[in-house]
Amino acid sequence: MILVGAFYSAGIYMMFRRSMVKLLLGLLLLGNGANILIFLMGGLTKGKAPIIKPENSKFLEVYADPVPQALILTAIVISFALTAFAIVLLKRVYSTTGSDDLDSLNIQDLDI
Amino acid sequence: MTTNFILAPILMHMFTAIVLLFFWQKVLIQKIISIVGNSIAFLLCLRLFEMTLSQGYLTLQLGGWEAPFGITFISDTLSAIMVLLTALVSLAVGIYSTSSLNVSRIKYGYFFIFHFLIMGLLGAFLTGDIFNMYVWFEVVIISSFILLTVGGKKMQMEGAIKYVTMNMLASVIFLTAIAVLYGITGTLNIADIANKITLVENKGLVTVTSLLFFVGFGIKSAVFPLYFWLPSAYHTPPSAIAAIFGGLLTKMGIYAMLRVFTVIFQPDSFTLVLFSVIAVLTLITGALGTINKRSFRRILSYLIICHIGYLIAGLSLNTELAFIAIVFYLIHDVIVKSNVFMISGVILKMRETVDITRLGSLLKDYPKFSLVAALVLFSLVGIPPLSGFWPKIYFFQESFKQENYILLAALIVASFVTLFVIVRIWAEAFWKESPKPITEEIDHFAPFSLSGKIALIAPIVCLAAVSLLIGFNANSVIKLSSKAAYEMKHPEIYINNVLGPKE
Repeated sequence: MILVGAFYSAGIYMMFRRSMVKLLLGLLLLGNGANILIFLMGGLTKGKAPIIKPENSKFLEVYADPVPQALILTAIVISFALTAFAIVLLKRVYSTTGSDDLDSLNIQDLDI
Repeated sequence: MTTNFILAPILMHMFTAIVLLFFWQKVLIQKIISIVGNSIAFLLCLRLFEMTLSQGYLTLQLGGWEAPFGITFISDTLSAIMVLLTALVSLAVGIYSTSSLNVSRIKYGYFFIFHFLIMGLLGAFLTGDIFNMYVWFEVVIISSFILLTVGGKKMQMEGAIKYVTMNMLASVIFLTAIAVLYGITGTLNIADIANKITLVENKGLVTVTSLLFFVGFGIKSAVFPLYFWLPSAYHTPPSAIAAIFGGLLTKMGIYAMLRVFTVIFQPDSFTLVLFSVIAVLTLITGALGTINKRSFRRILSYLIICHIGYLIAGLSLNTELAFIAIVFYLIHDVIVKSNVFMISGVILKMRETVDITRLGSLLKDYPKFSLVAALVLFSLVGIPPLSGFWPKIYFFQESFKQENYILLAALIVASFVTLFVIVRIWAEAFWKESPKPITEEIDHFAPFSLSGKIALIAPIVCLAAVSLLIGFNANSVIKLSSKAAYEMKHPEIYINNVLGPKE
């Protein structure tokens, strides 16, 4: 729980910085925070596989929910792709503008 | 009823995209494949729409896993309308882009990404599973990132950074909302969540979750405090891409909001007041943003925000009549917004600029094109027989009936400002004499071959005809919207269709 809070706050703090790399790191931290939140919300149960015993027809005791893990796996793959894209984008921006400073990117809003 | 057909449009676009990959760098073949794929997908969507209307809800449980466990696909009237609109716009923009885009962009895989984008949109409209919806959203945004940045200059990069950041942030918020929702209900199927959420005792947490969803979708659909990425991103890409973005991407956020706030959450009075405040602010800021702009594309970007305000206003009124207005307005807005962006692209080709103070005498030089453009621009305002008029009347009527006079005033002000801006565009760009003489170098439109001109103009004329048809045939569109609104007001029909009737 504390970890989730730390991830979210650090992520948001990083996003408010002017540097583009820190913006990206902030987004990554937020994404990971969300993943752990999913994990947490699924309920943590140790050592109880979600397998129904042959003699029963349904779950009788608490079991580890497999769905959050599937969700996180999907989310991780997606965020991996997005991050790869964002890094390339940042590199392109850096090579076209020659600056890592987000405030130098506001020129076009000035012209109408 | 259960049918596999519901996946056909999605698979068709995926198939087209994959075939396109085999013809990397071969521009002509790519164009032909894309048009053929789009046309077939359009016919499939038309069939899906017609089946949904005649047979009611279509559902599909993927892999045969029963409802709360597997992933559900469902097509109700609202989804079917959105699917048909997407198919129509994608066909039009697909044809338009064969002639409007330069060859290097097409070589870098424009059509391939375009089809993936449309596939993602169709998936998001048809899914009945909240996490699956998140995945489709990601398909859409990653395709849109690529379309926005391919071959970009400095200005496009600046817009792209904001767009990428805000959309990634929106996804994280959406994911957080899903996490909390999963925590309190233990399911991801929209219908099943709707059943279980009524049993949750902690109503405060439910409201917080619903607002997390609202923020996530709000960033995507550019509502008031979260809109600033839109004007800086949407005017930079080529007009074909802007047409697809302006017409459909923001509406995807609105569709998701409609789905979540009609089926899953029943908005309480606090949420409704919040919606209404945000609607007013969105309408006013969007409208004010248009006034001092000189670039046609920038004006259109702010008009998108302004008109999103109408849809949020409808959501805040939350009655069946308001929902009819929302659905009608969506139909009108998707078609007209894509069309004006395409028109701006043609103007750019004709004059090398979209700055309205430097444009002029379009009416004299291109009378027929100007007539079509006028039709589209004025239907954006909602001059009576044209398509924007009817839903606006419903919005006014409903906010008057609920004595929400501030909202009513904002709706009327936004409507007037739209009128003012459109008249200004018309007078500056089409009517007045061009400030400098038009030379042969400026006009990139005349040297196009005949087929190139047809590919540019035909989609615009067709979409204009559709919006005229909507205007003159408003009665049947209202009937269609009423059906969708009735279904939105009665989520139990949706739930029963997914989970099977209760014993």
